[in-house]
Amino acid sequence: MRDPALTREAIEATWRIEASRLIGGLVRFVRDVDRAEDLAQEALLAALERWPDAGIPDNPGAWLMATAKNRAIDEARRRVMMDDKHVELQRSAASSATLLEEALDDSVGDDVLRLMLIACHPVLSRDARVALTLRLIAGLSTVEIARAFLTTEATIAQRIVRAKRTLSEARVPFEVPTGDELRARLPAVLEVIYLVFNEGYTATSGESWVRPEVCEEAVRLGRILAGLVPHDAEAHGLLALMELQSSRTRARVGSRGEPLLLFEQDRAKWDRLLITRGLAALERAEALAHPLGPYTLQAAIAGCHARARTPEETDWIRIVALYDALVELTGSPVVELNRAVAVSMAYGPAQGLALVDELAAEPTLRDYHLLPSVRGDLLLKLGRKAEAKAELEKAARMATNTRERELLQARAAGCGSPESGPTN
Amino acid sequence: MRVMVIVKATKNSEAGVMPSEKLFTEMGKYNEELVKAGIMLAGDGLKPSSKGKRIKFAGGKRSVVDGPFAETKELVAGFWIWQVRSIEEAVEWARRCPDPMPGEDAELEIRPFYEMEDFGEEFTPELRAQEERIRAEVERQKKA
Repeated sequence: MRDPALTREAIEATWRIEASRLIGGLVRFVRDVDRAEDLAQEALLAALERWPDAGIPDNPGAWLMATAKNRAIDEARRRVMMDDKHVELQRSAASSATLLEEALDDSVGDDVLRLMLIACHPVLSRDARVALTLRLIAGLSTVEIARAFLTTEATIAQRIVRAKRTLSEARVPFEVPTGDELRARLPAVLEVIYLVFNEGYTATSGESWVRPEVCEEAVRLGRILAGLVPHDAEAHGLLALMELQSSRTRARVGSRGEPLLLFEQDRAKWDRLLITRGLAALERAEALAHPLGPYTLQAAIAGCHARARTPEETDWIRIVALYDALVELTGSPVVELNRAVAVSMAYGPAQGLALVDELAAEPTLRDYHLLPSVRGDLLLKLGRKAEAKAELEKAARMATNTRERELLQARAAGCGSPESGPTN
Repeated sequence: MRVMVIVKATKNSEAGVMPSEKLFTEMGKYNEELVKAGIMLAGDGLKPSSKGKRIKFAGGKRSVVDGPFAETKELVAGFWIWQVRSIEEAVEWARRCPDPMPGEDAELEIRPFYEMEDFGEEFTPELRAQEERIRAEVERQKKA
């Protein structure tokens, strides 16, 4: 006898495997994301009705597609018949149904890419892009998306409904662009995937600060994308960055659930399999890129850390060079601050401090607690304890995260009394 | 979650019989699907156990035993490592695998990896290490 609960789980798993191809294929025809998803969902419901008794078909994806396709064809026929009873139009309905059938059978590998580009379309807000991507490509339910983003199911459901409406109102084209046009659209897709990744990697809220399952979802999307656009350097660059960062997940959390910094981590806990995969993706990205893009540069920096068996082995000179390129590309003061840290590691704290001091006037860093935090660390290394203590206290006052504030306060206290003069 | 999918050995695989061109092609396509879906982390085929060795531990003694090993059905002929969301998803993918040993009874076995959360709050390695340190410290103080 069949276990209905087990079949239900199997059907859900099948959905997850097939959803993007199914919806992607249907979108190509019905030219409406909402309708395509409805048709796919209806096919899923039919499966839930039939499979527990009949068993899962040998090719469940084809079964779902055939079911959805039949509904789409019926609908197309009905619609044209209702619109006009004209014989002429009936004939065209029949031919459009045939066309539909032929086109649905034609397995264009672009379906998933099309769906990704639509889900990440610039007419949508960032939040909407993320929700729609997880829904349509990753095959997550609204409940699962809500859990990943620690929000309510209603919020996500509404976000998705609005996103679909925006897409149809904006009459977003369904053709997959090629060449430069495709290249111009990909950064938005990469951004969405990295947003999902970061939601799991440094959870901004919630009980634990790392949620590996959210990261896994993002890395999986990254792998799918890299497979769809194998000649895009940054797709491999982003994948490399995520695989390399994921390799440290196990080592990033201390005994009390507190974050552990790169240099405090037990490198034996880094995941060698993910490091190997990350470095391989990085190699592909570097071979394709000229010059290296922002994700590839970040992945290359992560690669320097991944290759170092101990913190002392880190190739800081190369990291500085990579940050140079990244600063040039992004012009971001936060990246410049990171570069200053790398410079201090490669060439000494005095050099690093000079760069940090230049950044002190930067208005965008005015409320950024890591600026005084880095400055405090460098001053401490230079033996200027009193100044270091003042900077770390300032950083503690600015920090919004409780755990981080406590850490900074403890470090400030570790500098000794403000009166004590500089020692080495 | 991560799973290992183990391809069990058969008489032919143990005899070192190479897969047919047809099976190679089908497996290649299947592997491509796994990569495209973003679930494939690693995978490989293993030579027959006649090329393998075992290191046995008994009563504190180690001994090395050369292959082949007898219990064919318990031997491993190949493996994949997949990243999936549930074991059901792994089952669905495994069901799509081409028959790995045409003409013989074959078996795939799916085994989930231990994950961080399996250890639970109180069993994180860090915490255990910490406990051990504390225990050692207490011991030291007792002796002092």
